Amino acid sequence: MEFTLITGRTINQGRGREHGKFSEEYLVNVAVCEMNPDDMKRLNIKDGMNVRVTTEVGSVIVKARKSRRIKTPGVIFMPYGPWANAVLKPESEGTGMPLLKGLKANVEPTEDEVSNLKDLLIEAYGSSKIVKSEEQKLWM
Amino acid sequence: MDVISSVVCPVCGCCCDDLEVLVDNNRIVDVRNACALGAAKFLNYSGHRNTKPLVRKNGRLVEASLEEAIERSAEMLANASYPLLYGWSSTSCEAIRVGLELAEEVGGVIDNTSTICHGPSVIAIQEVGLPACTLGQIRHRADLIVYWGSNPWSAHPRHIERYTVLAEGRFQKGIWKRYLSRLVFESAIKRRYRVASLVFKGGSASPPAHEVFSQLLPPSEERKLVVVDVQRTRTADLADFFVRVEPGGDYDVLQALRALIRDEELDVDEVAGVPIETLEELADLMVNTRFGILFFGLGLTMSVGRSRNVEAAIKLTRDLNRYTKFLIMPMRGHFNVTGADTVFTWQTGYPYAVDFSHGYPRYNPGETSAIDVLTKDDVDAALVVASDPASNFPRKCVENLVKKPLIVIDSHMSATALVADVVIPSAFVGIEAEGTTYRMDHVPLPLKKIVEPPEGCLPDEEILRMMLERVRDIKGRESS
Repeated sequence: MEFTLITGRTINQGRGREHGKFSEEYLVNVAVCEMNPDDMKRLNIKDGMNVRVTTEVGSVIVKARKSRRIKTPGVIFMPYGPWANAVLKPESEGTGMPLLKGLKANVEPTEDEVSNLKDLLIEAYGSSKIVKSEEQKLWM
Repeated sequence: MDVISSVVCPVCGCCCDDLEVLVDNNRIVDVRNACALGAAKFLNYSGHRNTKPLVRKNGRLVEASLEEAIERSAEMLANASYPLLYGWSSTSCEAIRVGLELAEEVGGVIDNTSTICHGPSVIAIQEVGLPACTLGQIRHRADLIVYWGSNPWSAHPRHIERYTVLAEGRFQKGIWKRYLSRLVFESAIKRRYRVASLVFKGGSASPPAHEVFSQLLPPSEERKLVVVDVQRTRTADLADFFVRVEPGGDYDVLQALRALIRDEELDVDEVAGVPIETLEELADLMVNTRFGILFFGLGLTMSVGRSRNVEAAIKLTRDLNRYTKFLIMPMRGHFNVTGADTVFTWQTGYPYAVDFSHGYPRYNPGETSAIDVLTKDDVDAALVVASDPASNFPRKCVENLVKKPLIVIDSHMSATALVADVVIPSAFVGIEAEGTTYRMDHVPLPLKKIVEPPEGCLPDEEILRMMLERVRDIKGRESS
């Protein structure tokens, strides 16, 4: 089933950001995909289940969350952040601004786990530049 | 314990200047009057941060002295032929000024976060202008407030309370009482439905939308709130009038409203999912107001149409000014993104996406903007100041950024810092360093220094000045 992906700010994404990009607070509030309850029923997705969001650019695994605010079926919402950006298109059509709201996406339930920010970076850009875990003690 | 009052909040474009911060022994223990975002920043800023400069050696980031980190950065920038200097919206105007000098010196392209925020608004404003005012005017006088594609409840939590419908203005009162009584009424109906659904199995647990949200407009002299959005946000819960537009349909709705305001007939039943009757009602409301304001957010700038959506919104206010006073203002995100645009403009003539590679400033969003120079893989080094493009840019752009020498000046450890070659920790401006910021309505405000920064963490401005001097030394050596 094809969805229209909308990204945006949420208050918990904003709070998570201030707690630190590598914090649990940020992960649970940003690596999510809010969906209309009817769409979830149709795709057999339960609240809190992992889903794979796929666009023409790529795919990312996030947690599905039931939203009573998305009234129109066929619309999904993801907070701004590295998870949403993994599936967004960079073309700006001469404006400098990529299409961050309104991209077509597919959603399917999955057994795979949601990657934390560090693993997501390693998956996307290779491990050569990402610091080793023991070095993370420098700031955590 | 000291109480520091009139602190300007360094989080969103509202720049609330009534915060009180309680400090005990150089540590922030509490903050009053702040929203969830402001409080989260003041109370958590010291966690998850790195206080030592880091330099990548043999593929690993290791601690280094500040001099070494500055030297490495200066070499990277001086040796690059087309570096990108990005970020700037979460630092002070003073630091941005030095950043622009540095960009000119290294002949790079400098861009601020407007580029993936209100960049399209800037393009539209350059086309058609902007009837604007300060937020104080709105607080005291505006009787119709429209939030279009914007959700201040989440992104600017105190905007509604300080500047618009919930604020007690001199000539316009807040709508607290009306909002509370509507809330009680709506929850009573919802409760009735919930009970009914338990008694009659299979019945709907929530009432049909039209029954709960019967949009009874308040008396004409009272302040009114209109929200136009693709989903029913929490801001929309507060609204007297909510219009749901299909995703990507804002341009159509704005142009339809312009036609209705000019008394033209439309031969369709609905526009982008909005019935014509609703649009007619909204047009009436807008024409019959005494002082209207339209706040627009990223719902217009990030969806199909981008700058054209904003242009249509500004033209709508222009049309409305034939009948009444109607103004428009973008809801700027970071606390100093307006300042970044302002400083860029008074230094170079252009608000963002400025290219110095020809020796003079050039501006062409779509070509010289950060997203585009990264997508086309044009840049050969990057300096990121107080921003996190690795989190906020589409993956293709980040792939190209990660491949290049990358310098990060930031007060906390971000995803970008993790993949950088040099990381220089800085003091938090507004908490550990002073500076100037511009509120979303272009009012400059002073950011305060509340506590001392950790040893070795300098303000962005000082770090950039040291870097600029080293770059000049290297360039001077090369030319002589």
